[in-house]
Amino acid sequence: MLRLPAPLYEQIVAHCLSALPDEGCGLLGGDPVAATVERCYPTENTAASAKLYTVDPRAHLRADLDAEANGMEIIGVFHSHTHTDAYPSPTDVEQAPDPSWHYVVVSLRDTHPVLRSYRIVRGKIDEEPVVVEGR
Amino acid sequence: MRLPTVLRPLAGGQSAVSASGSTIGEVLGELVTNYPGMGGQVLTEDGSLHKFVNVYVNDDDVRYLNQLDTKVSDGDTISILPAVAGGAVG
Repeated sequence: MLRLPAPLYEQIVAHCLSALPDEGCGLLGGDPVAATVERCYPTENTAASAKLYTVDPRAHLRADLDAEANGMEIIGVFHSHTHTDAYPSPTDVEQAPDPSWHYVVVSLRDTHPVLRSYRIVRGKIDEEPVVVEGR
Repeated sequence: MRLPTVLRPLAGGQSAVSASGSTIGEVLGELVTNYPGMGGQVLTEDGSLHKFVNVYVNDDDVRYLNQLDTKVSDGDTISILPAVAGGAVG
């Protein structure tokens, strides 16, 4: 399960919409044990593509340092799929950097954005519930 | 040297370790010597920086400096983070 405060849910979706026509991406800071997102770090997609994303490495370092300074860790990443389902692609699975992370995918294919979260461990995808708190 | 969560189990759970050297290549070489499990994670078989990691000296990504030849000084903080990428293609 991933706990996601409503304002951060809105921040993630808003960043993905603002990145159109490219994929949007960013990092999630929080408590790895409680699986709670406490801070969202939208980043530039340096791939600048509608079909690929790369989190800006320097923004990743800044987010990592900020999370550490505030007693958090980077616990996951989010990105959008502009024309496909909110489900990890083979590229997402192949490049998943950390089995402890939460992988949030936002589909912007339909009228309403769809946000889902997954664990990806050794190539195996498991969807997890997302609890949007405070709405 | 700050380690990402994915590499910490290979260093006994430590989030930071010390290593010495005058260049990033030397420092990473010592890291891999001390924690052999990191060999294939950080450096490729031919000794270059693995494409799935980013390495920083203080605030700067070494790929935009002199890669493994980037000089380091006493007290510099070196960070290793996973490269985070993916997308709908594939």
